[in-house]
Amino acid sequence: MRANRLEQTVIHIIFFLFACICLIPFAVLISASLTSESAIIQNGYSIWPSVFSAESYRFLLKEPMMILNAYGISIFVTVLGTAVSLIMMTLLAYPISRKDLPFRNVIAFIIFFTMLFNGGLVPTYLMYTNVFEIKNTLTAYLVPGLLVSAFFVILIRTFFTMNIPSEVIESAKIDGAGEFRIFYGIVLPLSKPVLGAVGIFQIINYWNDWFNGLIYITDNKLHSIQVMLNTILLNSQYLMTNVQAADNMVEAGDIPSHGLKMAIAVIGVIPILITYPFFQKYFAKGLTVGAVKG
Amino acid sequence: MKAMANGSTLKRAMKFKMLYIMLIPGIAYLLINNYVPMLGMIIAFKDINFAKGILGSDWVGFKNFEYLFKTADAYIITRNTILYNLVFIVVNLVVAVALAILLNEMKNRFFSRFYQSVVLLPYLISSVIIGYLVFSLLSAETGLMNKTILPWLGIDPVMWYSEPGFWPYILTFVKIWSTAGYLCIIYFAAVVGIDQEYYEAATLDGANKFQQILKITIPLITPVIVIMTLMQIGRIFYSDFGLFYQVTLDSGVLLPTTNVIDTYVYRSLLRNGDIGMSSAAGLYQSVVGFIIILASNYAVKKINPDNSLF
Repeated sequence: MRANRLEQTVIHIIFFLFACICLIPFAVLISASLTSESAIIQNGYSIWPSVFSAESYRFLLKEPMMILNAYGISIFVTVLGTAVSLIMMTLLAYPISRKDLPFRNVIAFIIFFTMLFNGGLVPTYLMYTNVFEIKNTLTAYLVPGLLVSAFFVILIRTFFTMNIPSEVIESAKIDGAGEFRIFYGIVLPLSKPVLGAVGIFQIINYWNDWFNGLIYITDNKLHSIQVMLNTILLNSQYLMTNVQAADNMVEAGDIPSHGLKMAIAVIGVIPILITYPFFQKYFAKGLTVGAVKG
Repeated sequence: MKAMANGSTLKRAMKFKMLYIMLIPGIAYLLINNYVPMLGMIIAFKDINFAKGILGSDWVGFKNFEYLFKTADAYIITRNTILYNLVFIVVNLVVAVALAILLNEMKNRFFSRFYQSVVLLPYLISSVIIGYLVFSLLSAETGLMNKTILPWLGIDPVMWYSEPGFWPYILTFVKIWSTAGYLCIIYFAAVVGIDQEYYEAATLDGANKFQQILKITIPLITPVIVIMTLMQIGRIFYSDFGLFYQVTLDSGVLLPTTNVIDTYVYRSLLRNGDIGMSSAAGLYQSVVGFIIILASNYAVKKINPDNSLF
């Protein structure tokens, strides 16, 4: 029994340390957003605010337009992108889950092959900018790369084949229901778990995406929250000019730039923390692994 | 019934008209987003002149590739991409499997749940935010390292973002930080799924904990390990762009140890506007990456068909 207690203690210590490593950077980020600017300049960032101050957040409340616009764009793109992408992926997954559909293997291969091979950044970029001219439009956040993922399509298809017996579909057909009626009235209501899981993944993917913004967006007014955070971090002048563009009464010296950066980052993470419990719920069901094969 | 059996496939297909219509938006998207760029890879063999258009530009054969492979960059980005990925795969595997097995041994249900939540969190954060977290630790003037930790230890401040030598360690640490927890949960699910009878039988036979882990747990989660590792090896020629671009703050001084194929393609296309060079590097990545995926899948299929991806 003694050996067992020792064993449990060691396991707890290992996980406690690992959890600390996971959480300390977040603590530093939050603490930095709540520390007074002068204290940051003097003592640097720390795990606990050396001099507590909400000045960064007060400043954001005073100049809300600066991040409201970016936040609005992120929310719009995330909601619309997730909705459209779920519809398109479900419409793809259902027909190829039907064993009686002629050419289903050819279609499934067309989808699957996109997981193995891709044309790369250069042709994609040239096509989207020259043919579709999506540079500096919201379409650039929604469409390239993110809308349909073969991985999720196959995940949804596997769910359909495993959970919707073909007898159910057969009997609905005998009752005279059309294909779309069957899909809408029988298949969709049965697939809430998988649509929930994929939906959560897509919400996170759209919210976190900054690559499309990096390559297709050059207009500051169209920055999503991630692109704005990215620009602030890489360009130390950006925050100053952006604040002064919103309100030219602000003196550069009055901007608590060290803390402000971190406050914006904290606000950018909040939606992820909100979706986190849902993510965990679906993730724990193991919907992501092995489910794709088959 | 007889008539239907004799009907051609095409006639049969007509009965599924609605299902085909449902496929249209998704297939159209994949054709545009994925298949047109595949055809567009021909630009790597052209000298792109926008006045003549992409199709009208002159063919130059393998010139772009000759230029690319004459530079020292070609070797550096290939080496960095592969070495980083190899290190990430191995360290992640060891850390994640070890944590998963330990987590399964934890008797306290509450703490087990709590740790499962905590270790998954870094995986969901965008690489921009990871860039902020790393910056708060490594910033030269205000970072936790230079202002608090190094002075404690009596070490002089380090200009982290201009010292290439540290970055292989920093990037490995950050990668493990952000993905080991996620992999741990996947392996944990596999460990939990193992039938308890195996352990009961082993205990009766006098096997200790360590022997049980080595002879029961690890062999039984091997299929999951192989699939997860295979998926990562298949992408060994691709990098996590955010990690190498964002976390390094796009610092030019660090390039010898942080430049990978993805960042190279991005910089030569959008910074230097060098379509020839970037499309050649991109095609090199796509083709070699494709061969590696097929080869690794083939290898696994030879060993155990059940573990292969396709």
